[in-house]
Amino acid sequence: MTNLQKLLNAAATLCGFYALVTGIGALSPALLVAAGLVIAGGLRLSPVLAGAWPGAWSIVMRSQFDLLISFVAAGAVLAALHDGMAGAVWAIAIAAWLHGWLAVEKTIADDARSMGHNWVVSLGVPLFFGFWLLFFWEALTIGLGIPTVLLPPPSMIGARLVSSTAILMADFRQTFLKAVLAGYAIGCGSAVLVAILVDRNDFLRRGLLPIGNFISALPIIGVAPIMVMWFGFDWQSKAAVIVIMTFFPMMVNTLSGLSAASVMERDLLNTYAAGYWQSLFKLRLPAAMPFIFNALKINSTLALIGAIVAEFFGTPIVGIGFRISTEVGRMNLDMVWAEIAVAALAGSASYGALSLLERRVTFWHPSYRTE
Amino acid sequence: MTETLKQKVLPVLTIVAAIGVIWYGFTVYLNAPWQIDQYEKSATEWSMNDLVRDTMAHDRPVLPAPHQVVVEIWKTTVQKKITSKRSLIYHSWITLSSTLLGFVMGTFTGMMLAIFIVENRAMDKSLMPWIITSQTVPILAIAPMIIVVLNAVGLSGLLPKALISTYLSFFPIAVGMVKGLRSPDPMLIDLMRTYNTSRWQLFFALRLPSSVPYLFTSMKIAIAISLVGAIVGELPTGAVAGLGARLLSGSYYGQTIQIWSALLTAATLAALLVIAVNIAAQITQRMMGVPK
Repeated sequence: MTNLQKLLNAAATLCGFYALVTGIGALSPALLVAAGLVIAGGLRLSPVLAGAWPGAWSIVMRSQFDLLISFVAAGAVLAALHDGMAGAVWAIAIAAWLHGWLAVEKTIADDARSMGHNWVVSLGVPLFFGFWLLFFWEALTIGLGIPTVLLPPPSMIGARLVSSTAILMADFRQTFLKAVLAGYAIGCGSAVLVAILVDRNDFLRRGLLPIGNFISALPIIGVAPIMVMWFGFDWQSKAAVIVIMTFFPMMVNTLSGLSAASVMERDLLNTYAAGYWQSLFKLRLPAAMPFIFNALKINSTLALIGAIVAEFFGTPIVGIGFRISTEVGRMNLDMVWAEIAVAALAGSASYGALSLLERRVTFWHPSYRTE
Repeated sequence: MTETLKQKVLPVLTIVAAIGVIWYGFTVYLNAPWQIDQYEKSATEWSMNDLVRDTMAHDRPVLPAPHQVVVEIWKTTVQKKITSKRSLIYHSWITLSSTLLGFVMGTFTGMMLAIFIVENRAMDKSLMPWIITSQTVPILAIAPMIIVVLNAVGLSGLLPKALISTYLSFFPIAVGMVKGLRSPDPMLIDLMRTYNTSRWQLFFALRLPSSVPYLFTSMKIAIAISLVGAIVGELPTGAVAGLGARLLSGSYYGQTIQIWSALLTAATLAALLVIAVNIAAQITQRMMGVPK
């Protein structure tokens, strides 16, 4: 056990003792069991136990045991939330979290010693962290009695996600499937084409690169009201905003990507007597792919933001941005958060899909070979 | 000198001039239908010259001509008192102050996160995916709601807008710093180990200095994105003050010239901020003795 692990374990035990001492009469049976487990977890620190039964000790030292304590305690806390949160319950919540952290520390220490890629670590640990985010969000909003018009608890948002699926789907279709996909495809596609054209002329390239870089840094989202004036309220105006927002990052990245192939490789293609198009498709575009994917990833979040913000300036009565702005006015914050969850899910899914595609397309890149 | 002029300045100026010409072309093209309609209503004879002249003099054009925007900016900066509610300098200052506050908070948060991530593997595994996920939440899109909610809690004025900027700017800083803190050559790290350096000595003597170039590159992105955050954060405050408020009130009343002048001012502000970070980067690197 490292010092950090000992510290975490000891702190959790203190919380367990505090909970037991202050709340022995008031705690629910489940919470008492949780406090008992936490204290039992603390007994592992004693050197006497380690000396007496080394076999049993090495079993209870495993990370799975910490995971068990943390989930039992977290479940007990969640079940007791609506009865009001006393200091003892908070102490158990904190102990549960400390044991969760301890489990992660131990798992990762084991993982560092083993070779190869471990899916439990790369997928389970972030999910576990997400669980604790939601847990404390729930505990704090309900336990402290925060009004739901300020911040609804995740359970309420989840219920809304399930009960209003039809509305959420319609909004998703309007904003994501129509505006975002169209604008994203047109913006990124045209930017790649323009970059390939511009790349043929050195003078143009020198002029456009700094200007493109400059425009990428601008608050382009400000053109949203203008585009709504020009292209009307429906998704076309949102797509137009996205085209402008995504064009310049893509153009700049493609331009730098097209000059990424090394002189040696170009010379090789010259000795093969490759023409301009051959060397473009066989060498320079593949070499530009890491840059292009970089821009695709940046643009995937930009596009969603562009569509939603543009909907604030005028929209038919459907769409994620429209729903957010009207439901805020009606104080239905759970609906707003459900829309945010949909948008975040769509954004994360696009980002994840792009990352997977990138791995397939640019498998030769050093950043993927080192694993 | 003439060489750099030819290689750098001339191409950029050519493109800028081309953009200007295209802009004027579109001004005439987009404003023409309304103008021709006017001519026909009043049954006046008109030539191409009249059309070009009149399309550039609308009060509320579809697309204002560049010189109209420049005149508007001139009127609202030089010819107005700075304290006036109509002065763009006053509005720029409002936006700039929340941009800078958000940028400073974001840089600090990003650096702290990066240090935790590099120094603790559990942090790396749990936090890094969520930092990336955090940016897929369209924060700019929910900025209005956040401002309203924070106002309800009693936070108003500068801080809510700055928090939006913080949320946006911590991300490039965190990602860049993590890359930078991990950038030292393994040989150098081994060398430090042979000197029997402690973890913190290794951090301050090797990791932190090698992360500085990465930090400044990230700061350039972060300060530009902070400005965007501040502008969007101003949209829901009911168009009180700031460049975002100018955009919104312009779009309510169809004052296109006002929208474009606010946009150009924001662009200038962004350029100045990035240049300022650039200068700071150069000074720091010179002080650290990095060769050019």
